[in-house]
Amino acid sequence: MTNTNAQLAALGDPTRRQIFELIGERPRSVAEITREVTVSQSAVSQHLKVLRETRLVRAEPKGASNIYHIDPAGLGQMRAWLDRFWSKTLAAYKVAVEQPPEEQQ
Amino acid sequence: MNTHIPIASVKQAIVVEAPIERAFKVFTEDFGSFKPREHNLLSVPIAETVFETRVGGHIYDRGVDGSECRWARVLAFEPPHRVLLSWDISPRWQVETDPDKTSEWEVRFIAETERRTRVELEHRHLDRHGQGWESERDGVAGDHGWPLYLQRYAELLRQA
Repeated sequence: MTNTNAQLAALGDPTRRQIFELIGERPRSVAEITREVTVSQSAVSQHLKVLRETRLVRAEPKGASNIYHIDPAGLGQMRAWLDRFWSKTLAAYKVAVEQPPEEQQ
Repeated sequence: MNTHIPIASVKQAIVVEAPIERAFKVFTEDFGSFKPREHNLLSVPIAETVFETRVGGHIYDRGVDGSECRWARVLAFEPPHRVLLSWDISPRWQVETDPDKTSEWEVRFIAETERRTRVELEHRHLDRHGQGWESERDGVAGDHGWPLYLQRYAELLRQA
């Protein structure tokens, strides 16, 4: 199972989070990301390595370079847990709120 | 820059057959009656869950032995339209005491007719749980926290 702790740790670094958000807007190459941030291309590559290892992003080869995408199986796991938690909560809420008031204890 | 990334938030909506005032009242005052029972950070079963209906209040679970767990802070309370709460639960499945490392969830109530209400829920800033995480990472046991909880939850779903 993907380690959600490591994923959240990876996003604790502000530059890395900015890179993750840039990739979240649309898939980008290392060069495209480097143009948007204040650190060097080799630093961007290091950040991408961490994001890739924690399965927050994945790389798809395109010609000579890689295009980085959000990995839907990554941070998505914590998100998926909350998604299920809230849908279960809202479904139970609907049952509770639609009970005629006189039937409540 | 777009800082609101979709992957770091959860959005849901449901339409209920109830007037907006009742929809709001049941959601807040009766929260403990429909919150999933397995959502429990205490070491004992929950006797009751209390939603303190005011800004500065909390949602807390009280265990059968009297122990308490305050896992949400009420940040906005605007009956019958909106509530905003924090989510003070860390990825290690413990209460998070640093507010900068907590996410937040907002519930909005919209009257569709006199007897029908749309309830929209957004749980956002999930990435905040990660801020400053590196220093704590060594103390995190790999098989506890979210992964373990995810597994438990998956088992519960299979049984359901």
